[in-house]
Amino acid sequence: MDKKDNNSEMKKKSRTVSRRCFLGTMAALGGSILLGDIQASAYEEFSGWPDRYGMLTDLTACVGCRSCEKACNEVNNLPPPEVPFDEKSVFKEKRRPTAHAYTVVNRYENPQDKDRPIYRKVQCNHCNEPACASACPIHAYTKTPEGPVLYDPEKCFGCRYCMIACPFYVPAYDYESAFEPRIVKCIMCYGRIKDGLIPACAEACPVEAITFGKRDDLIKLARKKIMQNPDRYIDHIYGEYEAGGTSWLYISGVPFEQLDFPTDISDKPPIEHVEGFLSAVPVVLTVWPALFGTIYASLRHRENLEEENNQNRKKEEERKDES
Amino acid sequence: MNHSDSLEKSVDFRSWFMDKLLMGQTWPEYMRTLVTPFNILAAVILSIGLPLIAMRFMYGLTVVTHASNDYPWGLFLGWGLFGGVPLSATGFVMGTAYYIFGFKGYRPLVRLGLLAGFLGYLFAVIYLLVDLGRPWRIYYPMLIGYGTASVLFLVAWHVALYLTVQFLELTPAILEWLKSRRVYRWATMITIAMTIAGIILSTLHQSALGAMFLIAPGKLHPLWYSPYITVFFLTSSIYAALALVILISAIAARFLKNATDNNFLGNLGKLTIGLGKGTTVCLYVYFVLKVIGIAHGNHWDLLATPYGYWFIIEIAGFVLLPALILTYAVKSKRVGVVRFGALLAVAGIIVNRINVSIIAFNWKLPDHLHHIIPPWPEVAVVLAIVTIHILIFRWILNRLPVLREAPGYKAH
Repeated sequence: MDKKDNNSEMKKKSRTVSRRCFLGTMAALGGSILLGDIQASAYEEFSGWPDRYGMLTDLTACVGCRSCEKACNEVNNLPPPEVPFDEKSVFKEKRRPTAHAYTVVNRYENPQDKDRPIYRKVQCNHCNEPACASACPIHAYTKTPEGPVLYDPEKCFGCRYCMIACPFYVPAYDYESAFEPRIVKCIMCYGRIKDGLIPACAEACPVEAITFGKRDDLIKLARKKIMQNPDRYIDHIYGEYEAGGTSWLYISGVPFEQLDFPTDISDKPPIEHVEGFLSAVPVVLTVWPALFGTIYASLRHRENLEEENNQNRKKEEERKDES
Repeated sequence: MNHSDSLEKSVDFRSWFMDKLLMGQTWPEYMRTLVTPFNILAAVILSIGLPLIAMRFMYGLTVVTHASNDYPWGLFLGWGLFGGVPLSATGFVMGTAYYIFGFKGYRPLVRLGLLAGFLGYLFAVIYLLVDLGRPWRIYYPMLIGYGTASVLFLVAWHVALYLTVQFLELTPAILEWLKSRRVYRWATMITIAMTIAGIILSTLHQSALGAMFLIAPGKLHPLWYSPYITVFFLTSSIYAALALVILISAIAARFLKNATDNNFLGNLGKLTIGLGKGTTVCLYVYFVLKVIGIAHGNHWDLLATPYGYWFIIEIAGFVLLPALILTYAVKSKRVGVVRFGALLAVAGIIVNRINVSIIAFNWKLPDHLHHIIPPWPEVAVVLAIVTIHILIFRWILNRLPVLREAPGYKAH
């Protein structure tokens, strides 16, 4: 897909997107004031922001040059790496995104061709219904209408529940910092997207293994690729449905579990598993006072009856004594 | 104000201080009573743990924990929050039994339950403060951002509210200690409302602690992950509370005899048996629920895996076994055996919460069991906080009318 086309198209759409976003936000705000957990119930009708962007990683194309890691590091002003980005020895172990790296590339043995290992780029998948955002008690996360999931360190108090919730083990934490620890994760180059540019990793990739575009278009593109090259790809777009669908999509030549992708992830957005509990909350809040209040009232009632009986008995005894 | 006036005041203050804080002794006398084997052990633990806590706040969490990107939570939350909160259901369970259901015979243990609950929540918050990246922002869910879809948001609000409720529930004891009358009447009037508020808040946040894991189905082992986890957490917190009251009342009767009265000591055996009965019923209910949980998920095959063996140990050894022991003890009215059963049940709660939050969580990650072993400074910090918890608990029991009736105050 032509990157330039995407960008101009994106600019055209940006105005309409922002209006929809505004209306949506207003609706959500009004709802949450009235109902509290509207977000938990709203997803049923909400199939994701329209026209949101995504990324498609073609794992069969990646050559493991780590240019994406380098570009990401530079664009996002991350600290310089301990080993240079052209160093291949890092592939000896499986790495994960850290407080110093939004993205890492790992190497896997290719079962079909030992000489051509498979490389997997790991970063935030920018879920349609992000578990991190659902988990955050302070609303430090935002799923932007453009697609990227953003985190605001100014709100975060460092509970790290987002890390527990993320099905992809993505958010990293800056444990070394005593006073300003923060979550660190890929932001899909939100600033660059806003400026009409494409994410740095996609731009840096020399073999076009990473494509930026509208998520709907990327799914069509992935389908087309799979259909036209059934020998090259397995018939699965990872991220189309996983965890309710993610902005970042992957196509591969080998089953995803061989590349350490979590594959037992439900197609439901993670928040749906919590829905039952959240919807019970208002019921408890309203029914419990009445229920336990009644139990207390019945206790008092019994006590009063006993007291009355005792008094009546006493009176009768007194009357008997008098007569 | 003339000289003699202020002199009188200072004498007043001194006698007040001696009476209220030094338990009627002078400083030298009081200091001498402090040199005990337990206090020396406590001093040793604190001399190691307190500097470590200071280091944690100066240099970050890495200094004392192995917390990592894959393992964000460790002992502070696994033990302190997930283990501490169910054991702190004592306030809500005893308060409800006494004030709402009318178990009036349990009066000698109600305040003990309330105090244990209040301190338990207070320390759960302290563990949280040690674990939070930026603890000075603890109030953010109340003022800065509202994550209304987050179970943790609910937990944060409820724990904060419930801590307040429990403090209000305890004010009669504090006011009796301070010999106040006017405020006392107000404080007792709100008791029923506070107790019902406590039931609501406890029901919701005890189950919410379980619901926190519902969002991560792939990460928690299927034997522990269940849509019923909220019910598991709530039910088990009730027997945890009953069992803990059995234990701490026994410890108080043994080591803090001076703080008790005959009403407490004379009734304790009978009440322990009664609490044991409640614990037993609850344990059986919980056991059946756990079995239903496996059946619902159809996870029978997983029982024949290493995690399955551990699961069987948990529910057979720490749920069914204490239930059987307690059944025998209650039937034969053996108070000592009831206490042993209660100890096993309390241990079982801690095992379960550590399992859910640490051992069965992230079970699929390579080298998992190696990663969850806490480093010694983390354990030392936990021990220090436990020690402070016990010291404060003891300090209050020695002074406030918790284990004894205050002369001149009627039951409410």
